[in-house]
Amino acid sequence: MAAKPIEGEKKVFVTGNEAVAWAALAAGAEIMYGYPITPQNEIMHYWTRIAPKYGKKFLQTEDEISAGFTCLGGVLAGRKAFTATAGPGNTLMQEPMSMAEMMRIPSVVVICARGGPSTATVIYSQQETTLTCYGGNGEGLRIVYSTANHQELYDYTIKAFNSAWKYRFPTFVLGDGYQSKMRESLVMYDPEARGIEMVESEPYVLKPGVPGSDRKAAHLRNTYNMEDELYEVIMELVKDFEKMAPEVVEYAVHDCEDAEILLLAHGVVSRAALGAVKLLRQEGLKVGLFRPITLRPFPQEELKKYAQKAKHILVVESAHGQLDKLVKENIYGITTPISPYFRPGVGVTVEEVIQEVKKLV
Amino acid sequence: MAKVVKIALAGEGGQGVQSVANILVEAAYEEGKEALYIPNFGVEQRGGVSVAYVQISDGYIGSPKFKFADIIIALSDRAVRRTQKYIDENTLFVYDSGIEGIEEDLPKQAKRVLGIPAIEVAKNELHPRVFNVIIMGAVIGVTGVVSIEQAKAALEKKLGYKFEQNPQLRELNFKALERGIELVKGQV
Amino acid sequence: MSVQPQMPKSWCIETKPHKFCPGCGHPLVLKALGEVIDELEIADKVVYGCDIGCSLLAWDFFNVDSIQTHHGRTTPVIVGMRRANEDVIGIAYMGDGGGYAIGAQHLVNAAARNEKILVILVNNTQYGMTGGQMAPTTLPGQKTETSPYGRDVEWTGPPVQGPEMVAAISQEGAYVARGTVANIRQLKKFIKKAVENVMQGNGFSFIEALSLCPTNWRTNAEQTWRFVEEDMAKFFKVGELKVPGQGKEE
Repeated sequence: MAAKPIEGEKKVFVTGNEAVAWAALAAGAEIMYGYPITPQNEIMHYWTRIAPKYGKKFLQTEDEISAGFTCLGGVLAGRKAFTATAGPGNTLMQEPMSMAEMMRIPSVVVICARGGPSTATVIYSQQETTLTCYGGNGEGLRIVYSTANHQELYDYTIKAFNSAWKYRFPTFVLGDGYQSKMRESLVMYDPEARGIEMVESEPYVLKPGVPGSDRKAAHLRNTYNMEDELYEVIMELVKDFEKMAPEVVEYAVHDCEDAEILLLAHGVVSRAALGAVKLLRQEGLKVGLFRPITLRPFPQEELKKYAQKAKHILVVESAHGQLDKLVKENIYGITTPISPYFRPGVGVTVEEVIQEVKKLV
Repeated sequence: MAKVVKIALAGEGGQGVQSVANILVEAAYEEGKEALYIPNFGVEQRGGVSVAYVQISDGYIGSPKFKFADIIIALSDRAVRRTQKYIDENTLFVYDSGIEGIEEDLPKQAKRVLGIPAIEVAKNELHPRVFNVIIMGAVIGVTGVVSIEQAKAALEKKLGYKFEQNPQLRELNFKALERGIELVKGQV
Repeated sequence: MSVQPQMPKSWCIETKPHKFCPGCGHPLVLKALGEVIDELEIADKVVYGCDIGCSLLAWDFFNVDSIQTHHGRTTPVIVGMRRANEDVIGIAYMGDGGGYAIGAQHLVNAAARNEKILVILVNNTQYGMTGGQMAPTTLPGQKTETSPYGRDVEWTGPPVQGPEMVAAISQEGAYVARGTVANIRQLKKFIKKAVENVMQGNGFSFIEALSLCPTNWRTNAEQTWRFVEEDMAKFFKVGELKVPGQGKEE
């Protein structure tokens, strides 16, 4: 059982859900807590089949609230624990993740966005952006990676464990139902074989020694008595979050330097946007794509730079303004006109993006 | 940007739509091409029309789904109706000529409409079970997205364990593949 | 045109054929329920709530006002309806997950508060719509998508005995029974008594119905019936567990 789940590297052709399960194993995750909900079920199916071979564990909980809290429990016990959910399950996940935000518990959650609100569709959307970034009754002090392909699902699931345990903010990998269910190629690898140093987990409880005599007991809480006390706590959290941001922020730019029309898209929709950029550039149109990879923390400074230069911004998403809101809040003050292409719950194709850009020209 | 071939396959559950799509993308992947496959899926476990979206390219593949297909394969009457939305003037629409009651539903705006007697050929010449492999052959014959060798290798990979137990199945499946290619030869 | 099968009047013909898989147990339970609604002539008073999972496919099944809610939340929605309007004959219909997993706290509290509603829980030992994951009612050793090597009761506990739990915590006036689609006549009798119990305002009514899922059990017809009649019956005893005026246990 000492063998590694992935040795060296190998190219494979699998579904997104399978890629996530292997990535979590490769990252050294020790236990997964989960509850059935489409479209993430196969992450559990693969995990329950493969993980036991490496001595890793699984518990199907009674619901997502429990999956979230058991995940926090696993983390507090010093193990790399994670969970995965979608849609209504993500709504329920906000309660435990609020606790994670307040108490700086490094949970890792994979979200496979489906239609919303309520049960909607089991298929796809980008309507969980606001929820994943700002859900719960807090300030959204969390790290959110928005992936666009299977290589990224793999890469960022591994990175999520490192970011979470290094910076101690709940960390999310935001995929969607299309990525979950589709098959495409990627390279799976042992992170150490690539020189990626895996951050060790560390327990919050049961550290060596007798509490009270050898060491202070861990007294963990998320409740405060007075407003002023809370204010101090929150401002500390914000300070740490802002300190972490420049180290964690990620984004991708394509043809933005001289772009007159700047496309804004994240996740799988950025693929359609990129396809459009490639084709439109062939026609001589000055189009570029700015793709935030971390939605939290948002690449604010970098986007401002390109937004300023462009003549027009087109926000493309499979939601009704969730990315648009993030963009506007982050580039406040910049007067470049912003147009929407909102397709809540529906996939966006290369052809459509091309059409929308041409309307602006 | 390199050309992306967009294929939509649709049929009733049990007709092997997803199996064919999977073998096709695997063959393309093994050949070193970029390939992307996604099934449709909804709440019902059984009963809906099964649709598979396949994209194969030498270069970048954008969104997992597409607006219009280069080629559509429809294997049942419901599938013919269900795939209407993916047809534009560049689409090659292939359907099984044994399907009844769809004369009104056949697309008027497609580039070419082609009925092939896959189910009949399977029943009369080979075996009803390999009807979807005939379809696979037709797709290869029409698009040339993968070589026949690679298609055979992919079939072998997926069904090899069955072929081991009954070597005649291998011959049957390979024949079905070739027959499918024959059915569309010279038609497009 | 073939002869139309006989359907209860309370069934909505426009939405038939229904969307359940061939061999599913839900239509059998729904037929028993439909006949009870017909016989008691209460179609205009019933509100039928269904959960998430295969039960949601019954959202437009009846000619009865229906509400499809969230997973595990059908009980509280029907409770809320009945509490606000006592004319409502509330029937909350769900699967094993909706009642014993995510909906467990609502079930426990509805029983404890003696809510005047009927909960019908369809037990087919796994989560059907999502593809066959383990459920609280999965049998020991049973292979499911999240117990691929068989349910290990050391790790996950044994199958949940729902009606036994409800009977133990429910109040005077509650009616608790377990029926099976393998004995529709008896199941229908239980359902009728349960509905009448609620109509009389006696107390909380709960029926678990042992049911089928050949799709996810991956069983043929013979194996399917054997599983519900023999394997499931070993763990889940059919009968009435609590009848108003008849003391605690049968």
